[in-house]
Amino acid sequence: MQVSEAWLRELVNPPVDTATLVAQLTMAGLEVDAVQPVAADFNGVVVAEVLSMIQHPNADKLRICQVNVGEAEPLQIVCGASNVRPGLKIPAALIGAVLPGDFKIQKSKLRGELSFGMLCSEKELGIAASSTGLMELPDDAPVGTNIRDYLSLNDNVIELGLTPNRADCLSVEGVAREVAVLNNLSFSSAATAVVAVEHQDTLAINVEASDACPVYLGRLIKGINPDAVTPLWMQERLRRCGIRSLSPVVDVTNYVLIELGQPLHAFDADKLQAPIVVRRSRQAEPLALLNDQSIELDGQAIVIADQNQALALAGVMGGKDSAVSDQTRDIFLECAFFNPISVAGKARHFGLHTDSSHRFERGVDFTLQQRAIERATQLIVEIAGGSVGPISQAVDESALPQRLAVNLRQQRIEKVLGISLDNQEITRIFQGLGMQVAQTVEGWSITPPGFRFDIAIEEDLLEEIGRIYGYNNLPSSSLLMRAALGKAPEGQLAIARLQDCLVDRGYQEAITYSFIDENMQNTIAPNDEFIRIQNPISSELAVMRTTLWGGLLNAALYNLNRQQTRVRLFEAGLKFTRVNGETQQTKMLAGLVVGHINSEQWAEKSRNVDFFDVKADVEALFALTGTAAVFEATQHPSLHPGQSAKISDSNGKAIGLLGMLHPNLEKQLGFDSPVFLFELEQEAVLERAVPKFSPLSKFPSVRRDIALLVENSVSAGAITDCIKSCNETLIREIQIFDIYSGQGVAEGYKSVALSLVLQEFTQTLTDAEIDALFKRVLDVLATELNAKLRD
Amino acid sequence: MSASIEEILTQALQELAHAKDLNQLDQVRVNYLGKKGVFTEQMKELGKLEPEQRRTAGQVINTVKNSFQEALDARKISLEAEQLQARLASECVDVTLPGRGQTTSGLHPVTITLRRIAKIFASVGFDVVEGPEIEDDYHNFGALNIPEHHPARAMHDTFYFDPHTVLRTHTSPVQIRVMESEQPPLKVIAPGRVYRCDSDLTHTPMFHQVEGFLVDKDVSFADLKGVVFEFLRAFFEKDIQVRFRPSYFPFTEPSAEVDIECVICDGQGCRVCSHTGWLEVMGCGMIHPEVFKSVKIDHQQFSGFAFGMGVERLAMLRYGINDLRMFFENDLKFLQQFK
Repeated sequence: MQVSEAWLRELVNPPVDTATLVAQLTMAGLEVDAVQPVAADFNGVVVAEVLSMIQHPNADKLRICQVNVGEAEPLQIVCGASNVRPGLKIPAALIGAVLPGDFKIQKSKLRGELSFGMLCSEKELGIAASSTGLMELPDDAPVGTNIRDYLSLNDNVIELGLTPNRADCLSVEGVAREVAVLNNLSFSSAATAVVAVEHQDTLAINVEASDACPVYLGRLIKGINPDAVTPLWMQERLRRCGIRSLSPVVDVTNYVLIELGQPLHAFDADKLQAPIVVRRSRQAEPLALLNDQSIELDGQAIVIADQNQALALAGVMGGKDSAVSDQTRDIFLECAFFNPISVAGKARHFGLHTDSSHRFERGVDFTLQQRAIERATQLIVEIAGGSVGPISQAVDESALPQRLAVNLRQQRIEKVLGISLDNQEITRIFQGLGMQVAQTVEGWSITPPGFRFDIAIEEDLLEEIGRIYGYNNLPSSSLLMRAALGKAPEGQLAIARLQDCLVDRGYQEAITYSFIDENMQNTIAPNDEFIRIQNPISSELAVMRTTLWGGLLNAALYNLNRQQTRVRLFEAGLKFTRVNGETQQTKMLAGLVVGHINSEQWAEKSRNVDFFDVKADVEALFALTGTAAVFEATQHPSLHPGQSAKISDSNGKAIGLLGMLHPNLEKQLGFDSPVFLFELEQEAVLERAVPKFSPLSKFPSVRRDIALLVENSVSAGAITDCIKSCNETLIREIQIFDIYSGQGVAEGYKSVALSLVLQEFTQTLTDAEIDALFKRVLDVLATELNAKLRD
Repeated sequence: MSASIEEILTQALQELAHAKDLNQLDQVRVNYLGKKGVFTEQMKELGKLEPEQRRTAGQVINTVKNSFQEALDARKISLEAEQLQARLASECVDVTLPGRGQTTSGLHPVTITLRRIAKIFASVGFDVVEGPEIEDDYHNFGALNIPEHHPARAMHDTFYFDPHTVLRTHTSPVQIRVMESEQPPLKVIAPGRVYRCDSDLTHTPMFHQVEGFLVDKDVSFADLKGVVFEFLRAFFEKDIQVRFRPSYFPFTEPSAEVDIECVICDGQGCRVCSHTGWLEVMGCGMIHPEVFKSVKIDHQQFSGFAFGMGVERLAMLRYGINDLRMFFENDLKFLQQFK
């Protein structure tokens, strides 16, 4: 909503400057987005008339004019504009004038001819961004008058960013009401005399959809002058409110819209076949709109129609076929109230947004129609003449919005806002806002006016008091409330601890979008069922990720393409999957590593990161929780078949993956060295057992190393699991310290060197006991895994 | 006896002096004091002498041996000192060369900001609760007093999966979820990702919010003001000016926007604050009775306030970041500035 400050001040003129006025509006909840002067800074320009002109003897394009500037003698001014002509009224800058851009007007000689000023265009005065010739003023413009006064250029455009609840301020009058109450003044509303009726012709009105249109007023105005021109003052006011002047009738409806907040529409009466019907649209009913858009209606829209066709989309836009043209002599002027709920969403459905739909959706004063149609009639007749007919009206009282009294308790004002106001102040505030106020035992009973759609409960009234009193003047307190002692849960790790662990291990945290390109999604997780966004912002952000890897791979590529050679990233966030038709949102923690294990160094030969470097990082996360994770070789479509592991918890539940990106994908995505990825369910790495003390042995421990010969297919995990399965309680630690194959080891076999640490609680272990234990273990290893002791 | 005992001592002392390291020195010691050493042999020879001579000669040998032992000890200390010096000299490193191994990295500035916000509120007992990002329209809109076709829905450019399933447009649904399952008193903050169908210089389709709310008996607007003032001053670590402006959110009444004095120009007016000297940083208000109704909390007995803030916006102001889009490009040169 854009309003002219001068127009506003005509209704209410508080003794404050523009900056203060604007601050008042903002602090009352009508946020001012911008304040712009309507013209640039200039002075010394008056209304002038070209009396005569002759061709400049030395220049084809210049003319020498005698100009009446309101002084005793005309001035000689040389002018190059093509539209200069005798009798034309124009702005003239006199000697000593300063135009925008600090351009000083002096007596000058142009190709030998003296010039005592300059005739001006709109651009030269900073009123318009461009112009084609001199600014042409109306014939009745008074010569000698300062142009700033004549055009009321000492004005600002105030741009308000209104919240949807404040439809009442979508008019100059509405804003004036607020300004008045904020400054303890009253405001004068636009004069609305009842225009005398001169003929009795009417169009029959039949409102079928009175639930949607409880008030419909119309009247015929006949014989308007098609050559009439909208007066400059109205054009200027409309321009300052962001509306282009089109024709007198349309300009008047727009003017009343801005002035009072009531949308009106004028039809060309000759193009109507009465009666006028307000009804629901028919299925697939066509309508050609004013903006040249042709739409096909469904059964839900409300239309204004005649006997032949739909004429207008109610509360949104008029139709092309019945529009007022420069030939129109008889008009049918419509002024209605449409219920917000029946208009809501209709404009958007057709990709439209109009001044009218904006207001009706938010709520127009349903008591305003009589006044508005009289105001518009009065202005049309003033500008374009015409003979006025009586108002036909269809009103369904039962369908009008209700305005119930709301109780306001003195005690609630004190409790919620922390202030106490007396009856006089409460009455002033609410009456100033157009509400009816009655005193009650506990406080007041307040009835909102037709233009307020946002007052239904006591809290709404408290907000009004706060607004007018000033939020900044309300007290502020320190937080005092019952507080329980904080908690320190030990069985649950904070995600922050895991993030910090990864950061300390050289991973940078990334945050990538939760939606991803469908191709990328299918490339890295071809077997996952994903969820598609109906209205994505672009195809790159169209489906919900089923793994965090896609975003991390994109982020890695982004950096590798910008001279980074080593990327270590992690991200914590949700993945979105479909499981048995249900959407699941699972918190994940994922990482990506590519490039050298360390940044380039003087002391050590650098090498590329490998599977076990990244596995150590994953193990470090599990180590924080003290829970054991099980790694098993697995197959995954986007991972290297020989370097990918499924991670499970101790109950065998799959909780994550670790592996090398498949070399085919590595190449396809544009990497030039191996990429390692992991992804874990956060829940699995956040659960933590509260430590439980176990006593220490006083006796020395014994370490024994053995080397086992096993077939290559036997995994290290199988060997340690096998030893654990022996249930030898004396074995405290099992450590693999070497894997060897080659000379001395048969083809297809490998040697696995292990150290076992043994300890007893009651005694020092003897060699005999140790040997016996080892024999038992080796027997099991031989049976289960065909493992032999290497000589 | 081929040489006098004094001559032997002189020879031995010379050998000590010539020993270049502890190994050579030990060799000299063995040569003279070992089982077959010169002095040991001399002692053995004593047995062949007459008892009278034996005593005198024994004294002489002992004296000489003692002298040798003293010289040996002295030489050993000296050689050890030399050896230590040599080792120290050889082990000298250039301490200005960088260290070896993995270096630590950093958190995303959004995470850093979220953690600071959580920490400030945790200090007065606010719990952190998270909620789903794919939400039903009831929790995202309906329960928050935003009915279908309400103009406020147009304020949220919503991503839809179907007519009733959306990507949450704010973290306020968490307020509903908590109040549905727990009874007051409640002090909660809900951080997380939110989504709006909007992408330009100053909008990304995903960003982060922190919703906070407090429900108890007799919670007033003054409490809200107090918490917001204290939070903003704690967050910016500065005694900044804060103002409350009336605004509109369907789920609060009264509602307010909170502005802080522009931290870029100290309120003097600059491009960032559109020359107003003020920056909008959060929305807040008293929880609307309709919201309490939808979660079946008695609004006569309890009242509460709620607030919501944009995390990227706060991070931009805090660190002077001038481009929102950088947050999700994940350029290491950007991210690594926030260690």
